[in-house]
Amino acid sequence: MRPIPMVEPLLSVRDLRTHFTTQEGTIRAVDGIDFDVFEGRTLGLVGESGCGKSVTARSVLGIVEAPGKVVGGQILLRTQAGTQLDLATMAPDSAAYRAIRGPEIALIFQEPMASFSQYYTIGNQIMESVKLHMGLGAQAARARAIELLDMVGVPQPSRRVDEYPFELSGGLRQRVMIAMALSCDPRILFADEPTTALDVTTQAQILDLLRDLQAKRGLAIVLITHDMGVIAEMAHDVSVMYLGRAVETGPVAEIFDSPHHPYTRALLRSIPTIMAKPRTRLPTIAGSIPMPSARPVGCAFSPRCTEVFGEICNTEQPPAVVDGPRNVRCFLHGGAP
Amino acid sequence: MSENVILDVRDLRKWFPIRKGLLRHVVGNVRAVDGVSFSIRRGETLALVGESGCGKTTAARCILRALVPTSGSVQFHMGERTVDLATLPRRALRPLRRHMQMVFQDPYASLNPRMVVGDIIGEPLLINGMTDRAERRRRVGELMELVQLPVSTLNRFPHAFSGGQRQRIGIARALALNPGLVVADEPVSALDVSVQAQILNLMLDLQDRLGLTYLFVAHDLSVVKHVSDRVAVMYVGRIVEVGETEALYAGPLHPYTEALLSAAPAPVPGMASNRIILEREIADPANPPAGCAFHPRCRHATAHCREERPELEEVAPGRFVACLRARELSLRGIAEVHAPA
Repeated sequence: MRPIPMVEPLLSVRDLRTHFTTQEGTIRAVDGIDFDVFEGRTLGLVGESGCGKSVTARSVLGIVEAPGKVVGGQILLRTQAGTQLDLATMAPDSAAYRAIRGPEIALIFQEPMASFSQYYTIGNQIMESVKLHMGLGAQAARARAIELLDMVGVPQPSRRVDEYPFELSGGLRQRVMIAMALSCDPRILFADEPTTALDVTTQAQILDLLRDLQAKRGLAIVLITHDMGVIAEMAHDVSVMYLGRAVETGPVAEIFDSPHHPYTRALLRSIPTIMAKPRTRLPTIAGSIPMPSARPVGCAFSPRCTEVFGEICNTEQPPAVVDGPRNVRCFLHGGAP
Repeated sequence: MSENVILDVRDLRKWFPIRKGLLRHVVGNVRAVDGVSFSIRRGETLALVGESGCGKTTAARCILRALVPTSGSVQFHMGERTVDLATLPRRALRPLRRHMQMVFQDPYASLNPRMVVGDIIGEPLLINGMTDRAERRRRVGELMELVQLPVSTLNRFPHAFSGGQRQRIGIARALALNPGLVVADEPVSALDVSVQAQILNLMLDLQDRLGLTYLFVAHDLSVVKHVSDRVAVMYVGRIVEVGETEALYAGPLHPYTEALLSAAPAPVPGMASNRIILEREIADPANPPAGCAFHPRCRHATAHCREERPELEEVAPGRFVACLRARELSLRGIAEVHAPA
C-alpha cells in the first residue's frame, strides 16, 4: 500500500453540485462530490453511464454545456502562483477562468477526432494556445509545438507538425491531443475516457505515455473511465460513482481488495476477466441504471442492492462515513441515526 | 468432425476497390478480408477477435451475405442440404436467411424507433408467412419470456427501454425464426459493465436451451474468454491463430496473440508489469507489408519474416497458427503476462 502523502492537494472539490434544468425537471447530474487531487498522483473517477463522471470534469473546467450549471459546492485550486481560488464562484466565460484552462488544468477527451478542427494543421492548433497563453512568437511557438510532439512520442515531429488531424491514426491523434493539453505546462490533467475509442494495443501505448509524463513532470491526473482494468493499472486512488455521487473513495489497492460499498462489490464481481474459465456465468447486478431524471429517493443504489440495511435505505441519502483512508456512503458502514 | 460442422469458410476474400480519377480506374484494393478459413461446429461458440480494421466485421458480413465476397466459399450445412452462401444467387438466398440471424452492436441504432417492441420482434415472423395475428402475438410473448422481458411492455417503443433491455429485444428478434446460426457482432461492447454480464449470461443460457451456434465477433478478450469454446484471432485481413479458448489463452503460438493478451487490462491493481507494448500502428490493409503483415511490430521477426508470408498451418489437433517461427518460439500465456508484480 502506498502511503498517503501529507502534502496539500492542488485541487480540492467539496460538495460539488451540477444540475441541468430541463422541461421535465431538474436533473442532478452531479449531486455532492468531494475529492482531492495531489501532485504526481492519479485519481480515478469510475462509474457507468449517467454517474456524472464527465460532468464532474466539465464542471471543474467551467465548460458544462447549457442548461447545466454548477449550483453549489467549492472547487478550490492552488495555482502555480500560489494563490487559492474557488472556481465555483467564478464566471465560466471570464478571462480569469480562461487563464486557468490550459496553464493550470487541462482536459483530454475520448474522441480526439471530434476535438480538433479539421481545417488547421495540428501544428497550428498547438501553436494557437502557446501563443495565446505563453505569449510566444510564431517561430518560438512552432519550435515549442515540435518539442511537444516529440515529448509525446509522435514520430518525425518536424514533418508531422504540418499534417492535418485526418492524416493521423487514432493513437497518434490521442498523442497530439495530450501534447496540446500539456502545451501550457498545466499541473493537473483531466483525462476523460482517454483510451476508450482506441484498440487495446494502442491503449497500452497511451497509458504508458501518461504514466511516463506523470513520472517526469509530477503531473496530477484525474482519470475518468468506465473501465476498472484501466483504473487498476493507472490510479493511486479511486472514487466509484453512481448517479451523481461518489459511493466509495479511497486507495485503489484497498478498494479492489475489499470493496465496502455493495455497488463497488457487485461491479467488481460482474467484470469479465481474462482469467475466467471459458463458458462461465458472471454474477450480475439486477435491473439497470435508473434515468437521472428518475433518481430513486434515499440511496440511489437501493432498488438494485441485495444488501439493503433497512427501510432507511429507501428514504434517506447515506452520508459519507470516513473509514481509515477511505470513505463510504452506505448505511451498512455507519451514518444511520 | 465434418457431419458436425454447420459452417465451413474457405479462403474468403473481400477486397474493396480504391478508385481514382475521372474514369474511376481501380488503382488499388483494400484487402479487408484476405484469405480467411475456419469452420464452426453445431452448438459451439467461435469468437472472431481482433482490433479495429482487422476485417472481423467484414468477414461476418460476407458470411451472412450482407456483402458479396470477392472470392472463396462459405458452406452452410442445414440438415441434409449444403449450400455455398458465397455464390448463391440473391433470390435463392432469401428463404435461407431465416436460418442465420444477426445481433448488432448498437442497441440504440438497430431498432426502428417508430415500431413498438411487439412489432419489432414479430416482423421476421410476418415476413416469413406467419400472417395470423393471434399466433404471432403468442410467439412474440414466448420470445419475450425467453429473453426475460416483461410481456406487458409489448406495446412500448424502443426509447422506453434501457440499453440492456434493447439488446434483449434485438436477441428476441434474431431468435424469432429458430435460426441455426447467430452472428453476434460486438453484442455487449456498447453496454455498461453491470448490464454486460446480464447479456452474456443470457446468451450462454439461450445457447444451452436452444442449441444455438454462435459466431461471436469481438475485440474484448475478457468477454471472449467467458463465452467462447474456440477463438480465431485476426490481423490485417487474415487469421493468425485458431485454437480452443483455454489452450490459446494459456499458451499463445502467435506473437500478436501474445501481445493482445498482455494488453488486456486486468482489474487487479499492480499487474501491468509484464505487458508487451507493441510499437507502431496496425498495418494498412490497402498496402500490407510484404511477408508476414505483423513483422514490423513483432519482437521476434527475422529477415525471413519480411519476405515470406506464413500460411495458417495445423500444428496440433485443432490448433492453427500462421507464423514462420511458431515451432521455435516459446511465448507467454495469460498466467505469465498477468502475474503479480
